[in-house]
Amino acid sequence: MPNNKKRGQFSETWRRLKQNKTAMLGLGVLIILVISAILAPVISPYDPLEINIMDKMQGPSLQHPMGTDNFGRDIFSRVIYGSRYSLYVGFIAVGIGAVFGGIIGGIGGYFGGKLDNIIMRIMDVLLAIPRVILAIAIVGVLGTNLTNVMVAVGISILPRYARVVRGSVLSYREEEFVEAAKAIGASDMRIIFETIIPNSMAPIIVQSTLGIAKAILSAATLSFLGLGVQPPTPEWGAMLSAGRQYMRAAPHLTIFPGLAIVVVVISLNMLGDGLRDSLDPKLRQ
Amino acid sequence: MSRYIIKRLLYLIPVLFGVSIIIFGIIHLAPGDPAQVMLGPRASEQDIIQLREELGLNESLPVQYFTYIKNAVQGDFGNSIQTGRPVFEEIKSRFPATLKLSVLGMVLAIVIGFPLGVIAALNQDTWIDKLSSFLALVGFSIPNFWAGLMLMLLFASIFPILPSSGYGSWKNLVLPSLALAIQTIAVIARMTRSSMLEIIRKDYIKTAKAKGISAKLVLVRHIIRNALIPVVTIAGLYFGHSLGGVVVTETVFSYPGIGRLLVSAIRSQDYPVVQTGVLVFAAGVGVVNLIVDIIYGYLDPRIKAQYRAIKENDQEKLDMIGNESSIDKKMKEEGEDVDAK
Repeated sequence: MPNNKKRGQFSETWRRLKQNKTAMLGLGVLIILVISAILAPVISPYDPLEINIMDKMQGPSLQHPMGTDNFGRDIFSRVIYGSRYSLYVGFIAVGIGAVFGGIIGGIGGYFGGKLDNIIMRIMDVLLAIPRVILAIAIVGVLGTNLTNVMVAVGISILPRYARVVRGSVLSYREEEFVEAAKAIGASDMRIIFETIIPNSMAPIIVQSTLGIAKAILSAATLSFLGLGVQPPTPEWGAMLSAGRQYMRAAPHLTIFPGLAIVVVVISLNMLGDGLRDSLDPKLRQ
Repeated sequence: MSRYIIKRLLYLIPVLFGVSIIIFGIIHLAPGDPAQVMLGPRASEQDIIQLREELGLNESLPVQYFTYIKNAVQGDFGNSIQTGRPVFEEIKSRFPATLKLSVLGMVLAIVIGFPLGVIAALNQDTWIDKLSSFLALVGFSIPNFWAGLMLMLLFASIFPILPSSGYGSWKNLVLPSLALAIQTIAVIARMTRSSMLEIIRKDYIKTAKAKGISAKLVLVRHIIRNALIPVVTIAGLYFGHSLGGVVVTETVFSYPGIGRLLVSAIRSQDYPVVQTGVLVFAAGVGVVNLIVDIIYGYLDPRIKAQYRAIKENDQEKLDMIGNESSIDKKMKEEGEDVDAK
């Protein structure tokens, strides 16, 4: 039964992953970040949008661990709230990319032939455009807001999922369990989504973990360029972009939001690397 | 080899056509009237109608695209809406700046990243290795605009030894190219390390040592040379995509290149510039990938044989040549992850 095998594979992976200290550290930091994003209103000492001109541009202190910005807003609170946007954008964008890319790649790989050829050529073309540039162009045309950032980043990473899923579908297409499903008369869609995709989850999960890191970077880049989430929203890229002009006088405006991005992305990369190693121990040396 | 190069260059043409169709589609299928957007919300009805006429927006999309392509192959990419100058001129005048920045960025990435990886591999599992792996992880995770800002803070504000923006002297290039290179340095260091570790365990290295060749010679002639091959592949994949980082880096350092032009064009909805700018970057990626392929063809004769097989699209022959070690494959996969920014 594929189901039993799957559970076995997951617990085996988890066992190996647990031995990887780096990956566990990444996972731990991520869990803390997710919790603090969820509990942002409880944890943050101040309202992230509350303007307090009297206290503007203060350096880090006990009252304001990361200082205050040019409107006197507490940067620590803004960084905590910022994790909500980054994680949200990262997950949704990767969701968009993985689902649509997966469907496209799955269909191409399963049916093969001309259709597959056309699909993969289109993906090649999309891959020829550097990801950030593609995202910038899309968001520039659609308009700058949170939803469009997620759509733009999602589309820009979609071709990679299409390739990954297509690759696995190709490798499973001739397997016995697929033939068995065909023999009992399962429809093509059912074979793809109930038989092949669940079996090719491993590369998709790895790609997604690393993909969230990239999506977060892309989204922050867009906001930094003024093409993403707009101020006064406490989004890290937007905070950096607003703090830039005060870099000489108040560098903490740019240091802390940037550090926050680095911490999230490092943790995701640590976890992603570990997952890849534990899912495919053959590659590990 | 030259046939391969020509073939690859020819393959670039349909890709660029594809890119132009996609960008054209993105711009024209999006909601909103480009003429309206270009003129702003306060434009009079008359002006909008006139601009629509001028831009040929009343034609059907395929006709518009065909007109665009017809002009483009003749070197006419339209006029910038912001400046009124031909897009071709706008891009040509900024091209040298972007070329310098990206080439220097790639050179720095190799010159710093490769030795880092070699040192880490030779000191496997010592603190040097761990430190370098950690630095590589950090470098890989830093958004390059923030790296740029921090370099600026450090070397232009705290220790004012380098200019934070501008263009002209070599000094203006140092910080932007370093910011651009950081991620690639990290990638190359990682790849070099794992590639070295794989090669060190190979039998022919034992043979070379057994023959009594000095350790230094084994390192230079056998280990490093072979370790270089997969690294070049990845560096190539990554270089192409690091061109995306150029856009951000140029904006951070107010560097007058095509990337900054592209960002400002997108902000002000200057579509003719956007369309051509994206095309230029896609062409850049294609050319960089081709150059890298050629270089590693020279590094590894086996790969030339592979070209021949690829040309004939002969999977069996490819498998037979079978020179893709597990590390090669792993790197290709990682290269796809890495692509980045």
